[in-house]
Amino acid sequence: MARPFVELDRVTLTYGEGEEATPALDPTSLGIAEGEFVAVVGPSGCGKSSLLKLVSGLLKASSGNVVVAAQEVTAPIKIVGMAFQNPNLLPWRSTLRNVLLPAEIVQPHRARYRRDKAPYVERARQLLRTVGLEGFEQKLPWQLSGGMQQRASLCRALMHEPSLLLLDEPFGALDAFTREELWAVLQSLWMQKPFTVILVTHDLREALYLADTIYVMSARPGRILLRKNFDLPRPRTLDSTYDTRFVQALAELRAHIAEARTPVPAFA
Amino acid sequence: MSAAAETAPAAVAAPRPARLRGRHRRALAAVLVPLGFALSVLAVWEAVVRIAALPPFILPAPSNFLAVLIARHEPILMMAAQTARSTLTGFAIGVSVGVVLGCVIGSSRVIYRMVYPALIGFHTIPSVALIPLFVIWFGAGPHIAVITAVVVCFFPVTVIMATAIATSAPELDDVLRSLGATRGDVMLKVALPRALPQFFGSLKLAITGAFIGTIVAETIAANSGIGYVMVVATNSMDGALAFAALSVLAAMGVTLYAASLFLERRLTGWAYRGR
Repeated sequence: MARPFVELDRVTLTYGEGEEATPALDPTSLGIAEGEFVAVVGPSGCGKSSLLKLVSGLLKASSGNVVVAAQEVTAPIKIVGMAFQNPNLLPWRSTLRNVLLPAEIVQPHRARYRRDKAPYVERARQLLRTVGLEGFEQKLPWQLSGGMQQRASLCRALMHEPSLLLLDEPFGALDAFTREELWAVLQSLWMQKPFTVILVTHDLREALYLADTIYVMSARPGRILLRKNFDLPRPRTLDSTYDTRFVQALAELRAHIAEARTPVPAFA
Repeated sequence: MSAAAETAPAAVAAPRPARLRGRHRRALAAVLVPLGFALSVLAVWEAVVRIAALPPFILPAPSNFLAVLIARHEPILMMAAQTARSTLTGFAIGVSVGVVLGCVIGSSRVIYRMVYPALIGFHTIPSVALIPLFVIWFGAGPHIAVITAVVVCFFPVTVIMATAIATSAPELDDVLRSLGATRGDVMLKVALPRALPQFFGSLKLAITGAFIGTIVAETIAANSGIGYVMVVATNSMDGALAFAALSVLAAMGVTLYAASLFLERRLTGWAYRGR
């Protein structure tokens, strides 16, 4: 078997030092194949976001190795695109210029962009078109709705054609309808040109709608409780979520999540 | 209740067709209203001076000092040009030093903690009290006005820029860092644009600061400039000349202020959403 595209080998993470040290991640090992769509679910505060920051190199592992594309991760890596729970658009830039941001920073695009902006502007416009933001290129972020900002944020994450897309609860702050709409948008973007995705979410339906593989994590300190393959054919639609296999998988995940949560004393 | 609910949508929809015309009218009003106010103040002033028959060396009437301004415009404008040169040079140097210093101080917590108290301590010394020292070090002349203007106006820019840069936006920084941006990229693409509204706030303080520094220095250590005119005028009890000089000064101040306001509107419109 080929070496996984993303590989975590007994990775741990501890916040703080000495007396105040709090373990965020117990030794975790996993491998993600190139082009795989992975979802990580778990109770809040289980270290899901930390996992993403470890893969992207924004955080350094306390022990163990993170390897992406056969390179050990020691600093923020270039081949990732990241989108966060908040759209985090730069408020002084138009939608178009926000999407263009990676072209100004990531090599080799940076040098090419400086020489000739046109192809990049065209690609940014194309991306905005595919997520339904045509005509909003010159609007400032505050003039867009939350869902539209999040679409723009997705475009930005994909601008430099990253081979690894990291999504940190990107739809968490949106209403249910917008969220389901964006699942379809993300799926079609991914199906056009499969890239590897790690999606962190607390929405089990979202995980099943989008992912090939779902990891369930335990409460803090996080550790992987379950790895579930889910090969419902694509493109999946909202109707797929009523498929018997979908419903069964959902029940199974939910049972594991209930297990994973730290017990809260129930009121009798 | 119901009547109000019915009229409300009409009130919202009404300004739409007249939007362009409304914008022109607003721009015109933004000039005419303050101008009208200034003119009426001058009119009241004129009336008070005439009714109370005040001698010009105490308070000259606007008609009096404006006449002097026109009659002696050549030397006054020459002096004003000198003051404008000193002020603008001092302003430019002071603001540049302030921006660079503020960015350096604001981008490092260690430097911030180390330098900030010293900066505040330095600022509690009234800068104009240093003018005699400057004269000892650099000799009297118009350059003293420049130096004083620099010293007075770099401070607000430094402090405000340092604070603006130090108050970070970690989520925006993360966006850039996840792209592998360097510290320079983060500074250029996040920290500086984010600090722009505060920068323009400090610029307004720096403008007045530069004028104060220049004028005070000219009254103490120069033989040219509006400050020097003020000394000459008051020494010869020439109230009309003093006020003629002051009116030129006020005009320069308003011009510089308007210029910075224009730049501010152009560059930081995003920060004033929906206004």
